[in-house]
Amino acid sequence: MMARLLADVPARALVMLGVFFAALCVIPLFANDYFITVLILILYFAFVGQAWNIMTGFAGQLSLGHALYVGLGAYAAAILYVKFGISPWIGLGASIVIAAAAGAVIGFLAFRFGVGGVYFAILTIAFAECARIGFDHWRWVGAASGLFLPVANYTQNDLWNLRGSPIMFYYVVLGMTVGAFVLCHALLRSRVGYYWLAIRESPEAAQALGIDIFRYKMYAVVLSAAMTSLSGVLFAFYYNNLFPEQVFHISRSIEFILGPIIGGIGTLFGPIVGAFVLTTLGESVEEVMRALGIDIPGIKQVFYGICLLLVVMFLPDGIWPPLRKRLGLDRKPRTPGKPK
Amino acid sequence: MRPEFCWGSCVPLEVILNVAASGLLTGLVYGLMALGLSVIFGVVRVVNFAHGEMMTIAMYLAVILFSYYKLDPLLMMVPIAVVLFVFGYAIQHVLITPFINRPEHSQFILLVAIAIIMVNVLLIVFGPDAKSVQPAYAFDSFQIGTLILDATKVYAAAAAIIVAAALFGFFRFTLVGKAIRACADNYAGALVVGLDVKRLYALTFGLGAACVGAAGSMMTLLVDVTPPLGPAYTLLAFVIVITGGLGSMMGALVGGVLIGVTEALGGLLFTPSAKSMFAFGLLVLILLFRPQGIFGKRPT
Amino acid sequence: MTAMLEVAGVSKNFSGLRALQEVSFNVPQGEIVGLIGPNGAGKTTCFNLIAGVFRADQGQVTLGGQRIDGWRADQVCRAGIGRTFQLVKPFAGLSVLENVIVGALKAAPKVGAARDIAESVIEQLGLGAKRDDAASSLTLPERKRLEVARALATQPRILLLDEVMAGLRPTEMDQMVKLFRELNAKTGLTILLIEHVMRAVMALSNRIVVLHHGQVISAGTPAQVTQDPAVLECYLGEEGV
Repeated sequence: MMARLLADVPARALVMLGVFFAALCVIPLFANDYFITVLILILYFAFVGQAWNIMTGFAGQLSLGHALYVGLGAYAAAILYVKFGISPWIGLGASIVIAAAAGAVIGFLAFRFGVGGVYFAILTIAFAECARIGFDHWRWVGAASGLFLPVANYTQNDLWNLRGSPIMFYYVVLGMTVGAFVLCHALLRSRVGYYWLAIRESPEAAQALGIDIFRYKMYAVVLSAAMTSLSGVLFAFYYNNLFPEQVFHISRSIEFILGPIIGGIGTLFGPIVGAFVLTTLGESVEEVMRALGIDIPGIKQVFYGICLLLVVMFLPDGIWPPLRKRLGLDRKPRTPGKPK
Repeated sequence: MRPEFCWGSCVPLEVILNVAASGLLTGLVYGLMALGLSVIFGVVRVVNFAHGEMMTIAMYLAVILFSYYKLDPLLMMVPIAVVLFVFGYAIQHVLITPFINRPEHSQFILLVAIAIIMVNVLLIVFGPDAKSVQPAYAFDSFQIGTLILDATKVYAAAAAIIVAAALFGFFRFTLVGKAIRACADNYAGALVVGLDVKRLYALTFGLGAACVGAAGSMMTLLVDVTPPLGPAYTLLAFVIVITGGLGSMMGALVGGVLIGVTEALGGLLFTPSAKSMFAFGLLVLILLFRPQGIFGKRPT
Repeated sequence: MTAMLEVAGVSKNFSGLRALQEVSFNVPQGEIVGLIGPNGAGKTTCFNLIAGVFRADQGQVTLGGQRIDGWRADQVCRAGIGRTFQLVKPFAGLSVLENVIVGALKAAPKVGAARDIAESVIEQLGLGAKRDDAASSLTLPERKRLEVARALATQPRILLLDEVMAGLRPTEMDQMVKLFRELNAKTGLTILLIEHVMRAVMALSNRIVVLHHGQVISAGTPAQVTQDPAVLECYLGEEGV
């Protein structure tokens, strides 16, 4: 299976990927805590970006309410831990099931009733908002005052209960991101992947080739939701507190889409590139501000907004496709006549 | 025995009517805001995700003019609308038209980016604290039978109706208005008869923005302004426009009233903070069962 | 000879416009049938109906003895109908090979096997040189061939071709005609084609069905149909007869 997965990846790409991965593995040995927390943030966004990319980039359904799945996943696992002492590794099962169900409901409603495009995006926003307001009033999970996990024990790493130092979380999220990457890679080469791309490009032609559009769109939505819920589990156990106002907020949903769009929707590496570029630049901006002694809350968001604007205007396919071409990793269809 | 309505707790009918009336008045202002969105989408076919943010900018303008110069928001409605008109015209001309051939979701994200920038610039400039206006008539009220209506709401609603009527008149009776409607009905046809479609699009966006500007100045009479209102109003505008029918001006007003009343009653009978949930519930139902909205036309 | 495809008494209205009225014809197994008629006669509507794009108001469509009217487009394809579109719909962002693989996946669920089918179909259609090029970079005749390749890759029992010859140069057209003839001769592939280019229709069809104003006005061998006064009238007008 490994051989098939690596079948037509250019050797160059494999080498670069290997080096990149190795670097990510050993960095924590040299880096300070702050650096590690930034990396955790980057990988977290890369992971969610990858999950979101499945729904939007592969299957073509723009979702602006992904915070819903993060929140559901976070609360599910957190509740099981706080109220019943169940480990997050088991609790994530509940997260996946609940988020997948939510995705299935949204997908079913949307696709059965022909809600697509911008309307679908608004539908996703509506559901996330309803969850936000709903959880805000749900006393059993703490309502607006929030849900708190017992604070992490810094010195000892309890992997089973996800209590521990940032380094532990780093490796967990690294594993998740690598897993997501490999999964997406495998999916794109499989029947499901081909069918998703076909649906995205031309639903009519896809149907004429025997593709059951409803079923495959549902796969994308449910998978995307389930994967995203895992990031919610991480979120809960890393930050140790959950407030509906923050977890389900539309700003979260928008943050999730910045990486993939800037990196390149529908590409495999795009969300990862996007997450790296965006978070690094964002943190640098904040560092510079701090060094200059200027404290302006919101400046980072304005910066993100401008990045997004520039990319959408001038690099509509994202940063990764031209970068990939530049690095000579292009394996995608050539347009003959255009210079490499 | 005075009539009552019971769901959870019992509320006298009088109170319900008052709250509903209040919601109706607020709804008219919502309707004007949504009208701007409907006009923009109906003609330019751009989903203006920065709509609520533009409204918030208008609101802040009204607040500043009132705080520093003691100018009443209702009087400032026109200048603010003009400022927003220019702003909208510029956005369409500079940022949207050059990229008009991009796929739909690309344009949508473009406006998301603009919205993000707007909200955070407002946050930086004005800070997160709520700001409000207190005109002289802030605590006046009118009494019609058992209904007691806030003066601010009545004035705001009246202004909304006037502006909406002016807009209807513009589209129906002026040459430019008809030209814009032509673009909306048949893009290629409009080009063929020599209409400067790009300029008309910019004009339309400007008009939509002007609506929002006017609605914004009125809204300052009704609520306090904070930066996060931007996204909240964007969503509300969408809910209203989808409920009423994308591209239908009457639909936007009716939808606004419907949402205003639903919100107000929902807030009364259930919890105030869960108000928007009813708007969303309505949205989901409409998207499922009548996606073209109440007044919209089913796309062929 | 058993009929592969039977269309019986099919009618379709579009808000008062009667697009098809009681249309009936058969496509026998292993034969090539041409569906011709002036513009607006209802030919593409007929195709869309058979292919499941919309439902007939009345009548039945039977494939290999099984009723398929009312089925969705993807169900119809899985039952064995492959179709091309008059306005070609390539998967623009994918390569030629990937486009055809999508079709082949219906015949062979595993990507490896599908790829093999796709490669051979691409060779048959003469697109081998372009297999890794983006579909968006193809010329119109090449896109038409891609459209056919994709449909063929699904290994259909019957192939519905919607005006594939339009826009092709005579040499290209001859190649296409030769290809379909060979496919029909070697594999027994049943073909129903809509065509305006008479040369191609005459060269390919065993039988022809003529539609006019949504009704079948003539059916028979090419020789019979071209001499039928009703057909001549509808194409040339009364004065021409």
